[in-house]
Amino acid sequence: MGKTLAEKIFDAHRVEMPFPDTHVLKLDRVFCHEITTPIAITDLMARGMDRVFDPTKIKAVIDHVTPAKDSKTAEQGKIMRDWAKRHNIKDFFDVGKNGVCHAIFPEKGFVRPGYTIIMGDSHTCTHGAFGAFAAGVGTTDLEVGILKGVCAFHFPKTIKVVLDGKLKPGVYAKDVILFIIKELTVNGATNMVIEFAGPVVDEMSMESRMTLCNMAIEAGGTSGVCYPDMTTVNYLWDYIKGEFESKEAALLEYSKWKSDDDAEYENVYKYDVTKLEPMVTFGYKPDQVKSVTEMTGTTVDQIYIGSCTNGRIEDLREAAKVLKGKTISENVRGIVSPATPAIYSKALKEGIIEIFQDAGFCVTNPTCGACLGMSNGVLADGEICASTTNRNFNGRMGKGGTVHLMSPATAAATAIKGKIINSDLFENQTGE
Amino acid sequence: MKSFSGKVLFLDRNDINTDEIIPARYLTEITKEALKPYLLEDLTLPAFDVEKDLEEKAIVVTRENFGCGSSREHAPWALEVNGINVVIAESFARIFRQNMYNCGMFAIEMPKEVINHLFSVYAGVETIISVDVNKDVLIIEADGKSEIIEFTVGEFDKTLVREGGWVGYADKNY
Ligand code: SF4
Repeated sequence: MGKTLAEKIFDAHRVEMPFPDTHVLKLDRVFCHEITTPIAITDLMARGMDRVFDPTKIKAVIDHVTPAKDSKTAEQGKIMRDWAKRHNIKDFFDVGKNGVCHAIFPEKGFVRPGYTIIMGDSHTCTHGAFGAFAAGVGTTDLEVGILKGVCAFHFPKTIKVVLDGKLKPGVYAKDVILFIIKELTVNGATNMVIEFAGPVVDEMSMESRMTLCNMAIEAGGTSGVCYPDMTTVNYLWDYIKGEFESKEAALLEYSKWKSDDDAEYENVYKYDVTKLEPMVTFGYKPDQVKSVTEMTGTTVDQIYIGSCTNGRIEDLREAAKVLKGKTISENVRGIVSPATPAIYSKALKEGIIEIFQDAGFCVTNPTCGACLGMSNGVLADGEICASTTNRNFNGRMGKGGTVHLMSPATAAATAIKGKIINSDLFENQTGE
Repeated sequence: MKSFSGKVLFLDRNDINTDEIIPARYLTEITKEALKPYLLEDLTLPAFDVEKDLEEKAIVVTRENFGCGSSREHAPWALEVNGINVVIAESFARIFRQNMYNCGMFAIEMPKEVINHLFSVYAGVETIISVDVNKDVLIIEADGKSEIIEFTVGEFDKTLVREGGWVGYADKNY
């Protein structure tokens, strides 16, 4: 019987199995941010174990609330900063150089096919887009990861989602993943890895694959994964060209990180997405999903474009296409947060920032920002936000607030109209 | 080892997420104790009053997929500092479940029938559940009567409860 990608990565990293179905894996990367790491650091200090297993394998960023908004967040930043310095963690991204963790770490070339990665953040599954096993963990697992470079997992089963057909213009990875979560439900992939495959995934950019994998956790998934291919090699090339003679050689090496044809899956789902329309959530669970057409006319108070799901350059480009030469409704506020400084610079050079500003958007620094209602862009009780983020939980963006998740193009169109509506990039527009 | 016995709080809903258990706005706290007043602040459930219903509770009984969403270990900590070291549910989100055992706490899975039985017989009645760590049974007491229900947890999880969590264990072994 063949093996799944997750199984191959487990086999290559297993230190031991101290108990049945308990796999202690060696870690290639431990990623850290300032919300879940400081308590791990202070606990290690309190235990007299203020050490790190390997400073070159630990990458850290301040991204959730940055620059600090008050004394408490200043303290969180300070704990991270002092710790990075104390242990010579060179890849630490602070104010001015920082951006959303799941955007900046791949952008810096820290993620490779076949890697094991943990982070104290549930959307760590994003990095599976490179053919890695990347899983969100709590602070205690993070603490042990920092200290020992290992993490224990139960063996994850794999489900495969095969995407056939061709996406219509104006329909994106975000619409696909919202549709998949609706099909799987919020609990449908718990303790499982979701493999995304098929011609639609093959055609996707790394950015789009990251959007897909990012939301695997919203179906309960441990990690989302895509098989490495030439798109993966091209994305990483600047960082790996010293290691390989040619891109073909890199591809050959990375190609081992895929499931065997006769691998055993818990389930295989096949969808033809040719007819898929832009999607949006309603309610307070990410599997409560309808087509934008069905939700057309829902009024909103705020638009948020950004986050680890949809704050990358291609997201900003699609939103800008819709916004160009237009202004947003006077009934809404628009906020855009480019996910990293590099994305911000690119958007500046391409005139995208100007388009957003002319349309009436507030452009913030790279940060998680409004996504989790901790710093800027917090909703008031009863307010509604059209958002390109990944969670519509009750109170997520502010107590008593409601969030509708959607693609950047739909969010931009919604900003102009002041109500949920399909973008004019969507061909078969059936709304107003 | 922590205490695994006491009065039961019944939360009758699937998919209670960690944002509901402890909202993000409190994640700027850097001590566990500071989370105490905010447990379940954003949970809106008919027949649940966050001001009154948490008092003296030590065990949570709930439905499917408890603890989904964010990886924040603040969720088990917020339970822990409120004296709740056991959650019994039909199923758990992976990260939350692991976080509970990593902290030396119990996340016990029970079949749907058992959870239905607990809700139908005990919700609304003052109920005490005790986890017998050696015999792997729950002892349920209400109205002067008691019943015993078996449960299973993996060896790794049990070891973590016994050792008081993953950090100590990992430091010894790796
Ligand atoms: S952008 Fe939102 S979901 Fe992503 S890491 Fe930041 S807070 Fe979490």
